[in-house]
Amino acid sequence: MSTETLATAAVAEGRPMDLLRFATAGSVDDGKSTLIGRLLYDTKSLFTDQLAAVEAVSAARGDEYTNLALLTDGLRAEREQGITIDVAYRYFATPRRKFIIADTPGHIQYTRNMVTGASTADLALILVDARKGLVEQSRRHAFLCSLLRVPHLVLCVNKMDLVDFSQEVFERIADEFTAFAAKLDVPDLTVVPISALRGDNIVSRSENMPWYEGPALLHHLERVHIASDRNLVDVRFPVQYVIRPQSTTVTDYRGYAGQVASGVLKPGDEVMVLPSGFTSRIAAVETADGPVAEAFPPMSVTVRLENEIDISRGDMICRPNNAPAVAQDIEAMVCWMDETRPLQVGGKYSIKHTTRAARAIVRGLHYRLDINSLHRDESATELGLNEIGRVRLRTTIPLLADEYRRNRTTGGFIIIDEATNRTVGAGMIVETP
Amino acid sequence: MTSAAYQVTHLDALEAESIFVMREVVAELERPVLLFSGGKDSIVMLRLAQKAFAPGHIPFPVMHVDTGHNFPEVLDYRDRRVAELGLQLVVASVPEALASGLVREPADGTRNRIQTPVLLEAVEKHRFNALFGGARRDEEKARAKERMFSFRDEFGQWDPKNQRPELWALYNGRHHPGESIRVFPLSNWTELDVWHYIARERIELPSIYYAHDREVVERDGMLYAVNEFLPARAGEDRFKARVRYRTVGDASCTAAVRSDADTVEKVIDEVAATRITERGATRGDDRVSEAAMEDRKREGYF
Ligand SMILES: Nc1nc2c(ncn2[C@@H]2O[C@H](COP(=O)(O)OP(=O)(O)O)[C@@H](O)[C@H]2O)c(=O)[nH]1
Ligand SMILES: [Mg+2]
Repeated sequence: MSTETLATAAVAEGRPMDLLRFATAGSVDDGKSTLIGRLLYDTKSLFTDQLAAVEAVSAARGDEYTNLALLTDGLRAEREQGITIDVAYRYFATPRRKFIIADTPGHIQYTRNMVTGASTADLALILVDARKGLVEQSRRHAFLCSLLRVPHLVLCVNKMDLVDFSQEVFERIADEFTAFAAKLDVPDLTVVPISALRGDNIVSRSENMPWYEGPALLHHLERVHIASDRNLVDVRFPVQYVIRPQSTTVTDYRGYAGQVASGVLKPGDEVMVLPSGFTSRIAAVETADGPVAEAFPPMSVTVRLENEIDISRGDMICRPNNAPAVAQDIEAMVCWMDETRPLQVGGKYSIKHTTRAARAIVRGLHYRLDINSLHRDESATELGLNEIGRVRLRTTIPLLADEYRRNRTTGGFIIIDEATNRTVGAGMIVETP
Repeated sequence: MTSAAYQVTHLDALEAESIFVMREVVAELERPVLLFSGGKDSIVMLRLAQKAFAPGHIPFPVMHVDTGHNFPEVLDYRDRRVAELGLQLVVASVPEALASGLVREPADGTRNRIQTPVLLEAVEKHRFNALFGGARRDEEKARAKERMFSFRDEFGQWDPKNQRPELWALYNGRHHPGESIRVFPLSNWTELDVWHYIARERIELPSIYYAHDREVVERDGMLYAVNEFLPARAGEDRFKARVRYRTVGDASCTAAVRSDADTVEKVIDEVAATRITERGATRGDDRVSEAAMEDRKREGYF
């Protein structure tokens, strides 16, 4: 039975199949595309017409082997230049999980795309070539994953076949990376020796590396525990939309629709609404399929309260004794994503934080971070494309904010250029007053 | 508190994400419209829209870009759903655009490409600034690069090399007058996810999605139904076959696949076992060139 058929069986039996989003990283030629191709192929998620198309193009270009990179490099320009420019999304499933892969480009000039892919990832795979060991990009990618708080990191030491499956080579790289990761506060690190080309330790344990006692990569991806990555403690429900039907059949209905950012909401719970500070109790938590006993991330629900209070989009439902900061002075790490104009002190922008829109002025730039050496340059006066720095912002209205390290949803924001409407920066709140 | 109790299935997670996206659009953009073709993806999208705004009504109209080459079962379905839900239906008509001279009939008779100007004219006329489309990233390699919120300039064009970064679930729908946003709530769904959802939600589909007997011809290795839009060519052998449709597009260029799957469960088994993508199996229009989809999308196609 194919894995997809097994996946179907799992669904049919009501066995829950959950969702894991992961991003891939690594420098050019470390074997990312080969690995993705291998995962798709071995889980029967690659279709014959896709493979035939890739083979035909590969042959026409005179490639010596079928270039699996063409599977993910879907744009004309990417194929012509032979590089990955933008994130591509790929899907596969096994009986246990559905996977969404964000295949992110490795070059430094595409740091913003790596940040984009990492922002929603539960896990990141970083590839290194066993012959070359850690390179600048391996460290940079590890740093970006830690900055974006990707909860699980997997270092894949690839091309083990080219180093005679040497335990010594593997351990040297693993030790060096583990030492580096310790400085970054990476919550969960796994290191796997693989050969993406030959399939060693991808879906099953390799006979070529009996000294390796850990699981094959897919086994790890299927079982890594992600349920507790969610914050189930701090109740945060950003109000997205107020449902108030204008109809003769449904009268006097008023519900606050949104997606639970964190915590568990139940009927009867005492809640506080920010920024007003009014309190009430949850009368019901509803979905289109009827009321539910509780709501938790990532559910999209509608919350109804016992009291009529004035609530609109951008407000936040939390608990009286556990609330986010209500802050207009924000300290954040910002990754700048605009090639046309740098972030400058004094610059004014729009920002979007949860479901709340505000304007902000950059009050200060404490330092710019060299993402290779982690050196802080305090003399910096601006942030250019792909640069990261610590910034102080003043907003027009208060944000209802948590530290990003505690809450990826209520701690992250985007910066929008008011003239071009483009998304020009990603912010992660580091401190709230 | 044990986290094990707070699990959701992948279908629940996908549904929650799509509902979130639809609510964001309605909250932030004044004039959304949902592209409704009567195909399975747009039908699933419509169900998600119902859920997102319940117990209220779906707060936007639907639009059908009508090539004039329709499967009658699909048109019937469209009209029935629209009436049941009390929706406003906007029809952007290719035959009317041909009559008025906005577009010209292509030599090969397929109207896929000329849909784009017709769509864009309707968008302009009704001043829609957000268009929900049912495209999925697993369908095609150019679509694998799409954002959930995809910016279009005043000519409706997509610039794949210059897309807005899309971080977390913070979607940026800002645009200037005349520009618009295409929104793809099903981005992260696969064909199989869509079918599992249809089964779970007991969603009715046009009958041509299930196995039936039909008179077909074989052309370029695909089976095409013989009908008024697609007459058999000289020398082509017409024969009866048991088929179903995996996608529903223009009746002149959408092929059927051989199938005995006459229930949703059988379709799920079939889709799970198939080794050919749905567009690869059924769309003559994507075979034109390696970048056919990217080129059409750049012009404003979905
Ligand atoms: N021997 C060997 N070669 C590999 C392995 N993985 C990838 N390669 C080769 O390394 C080259 C670059 O791989 P590719 O997947 O395109 O790297 P990417 O740039 O990271 O996507 C190709 O020639 C692959 O065949 C491996 O495990 N062993
Ligand atoms: Mg690659």
